[in-house]
Amino acid sequence: MSTLKGRNLISITDFSKEEYIEVLDIAEGFEKNPKQPILSDKVVATLFFEPSTRTRLSFESASNQLGCRVIGFSDPGATSVQKGETLHDTIKMVSAYADLIVMRNPKEGSARYASEVASVPVINAGDGANQHPTQCMLDLYSIRKTQGTLDNLNIALVGDLKYGRTVHSLVEAMCNFNATFHLVSPEELKLPSSVKTSIKKAGLKYYQYHDIRDIIETADIIYMTRVQRERFTDLLEYERVKDSCILTAPMLKGCKDNMRILHPLPRVNEITTDVDKTPYAYYFQQAQNGVYVRQALIAAILGAK
Amino acid sequence: METKKELVVPAIENGTVIDHIPTEVVYQVAHTLGLDEYKDEVLIGTYLQSGKLGRKGIIKIKNKHFTKEEVSKVALVAPFVTVITIKDYQVIEKLDTEIPEHIDNFIKCANPKCITNFEDIPTRFDVVEKDPLKLRCHYCEKYTSKETIRFNK
Repeated sequence: MSTLKGRNLISITDFSKEEYIEVLDIAEGFEKNPKQPILSDKVVATLFFEPSTRTRLSFESASNQLGCRVIGFSDPGATSVQKGETLHDTIKMVSAYADLIVMRNPKEGSARYASEVASVPVINAGDGANQHPTQCMLDLYSIRKTQGTLDNLNIALVGDLKYGRTVHSLVEAMCNFNATFHLVSPEELKLPSSVKTSIKKAGLKYYQYHDIRDIIETADIIYMTRVQRERFTDLLEYERVKDSCILTAPMLKGCKDNMRILHPLPRVNEITTDVDKTPYAYYFQQAQNGVYVRQALIAAILGAK
Repeated sequence: METKKELVVPAIENGTVIDHIPTEVVYQVAHTLGLDEYKDEVLIGTYLQSGKLGRKGIIKIKNKHFTKEEVSKVALVAPFVTVITIKDYQVIEKLDTEIPEHIDNFIKCANPKCITNFEDIPTRFDVVEKDPLKLRCHYCEKYTSKETIRFNK
């Protein structure tokens, strides 16, 4: 039985390197055989205090494929939260109704707090700009799946590296695997110094660029993110740099055969649709991998694997 | 320390002396300890000669002794002050303040989106760096620095 039984997953740093690998191994089994109703006596509560498409549906799909019953809400407007109920009281109540809580809440730190209040394990499905660890786990799964390993890779991160929580978590996680980081972003959206410190502390290297073309030939993984107009204080600056982080099919000339493009989705225009048809596009499979990884996490935490 | 020949700030019979306060944070230390509302004598001296600091501040609080938690609060604003307990004009105990590894309850998280600013939750911080001060919220994982510290009432 997994050491993850009964554990919470709030932040990517809650799990060790060995535990990431354990989850990925279990997920691989679910990819081969997704319909395993091994938790038919369990109830999973999905509490979504803000809208989400991929995350909520993939958690619910994962739960259903494991045979779990799913309860919950995707619109807090229809719940007691609207009447002013505290998160504390909502979580206390739901703990009595479910074996596992999956929660998304825009308030940062809400998931950690919920895990301290709940009498059942909590999986963080996103707490504002703070953490979204299951996204990171599925990113790791996608990297290992496409590269055959997590070790010694050149990981290029492109776009909004300042506010993108998926980028920060992925860097933290990949610091365990001797990665070299290639950071492509406009000046205003560079990776925060606290995350760069994590890279340095791990004894690893990072390189910074302003143009995506500089990393095409080096990267094993290109991890794209959205550059949002509202992040810029100077809109002229936005207009000047907005195209420097857009990936098009002709730009991929000269890339490594094994290179794959990931994106946490939704995308807007940062990957043009002509890239979708190339063998390097992996973002839709990446989203699909989310179901296997979430199945693995639910099964391990509820003690079925 | 002040010269023994002449005390610029008069001695107190019983209470606490907070010495070696950097002059720029004297009033902040007083405020942090809630002395604006203290109903007994509080003597504040600032810009005094000091061998150790060049210039320093000192606060003498009559008939008041502080808890360890209150002393920790002072350390966050002024990390290297000395807290002296006085009884019958004698020094009973002299403590250098020290920033603890963890700080619970008495600081607000500087992140306006943190759950602790919405619900009645005791805050918890890990001290990541002591000088310059850097605290990490146990809940939202964001950093609070000396400049952004706000205390709970």
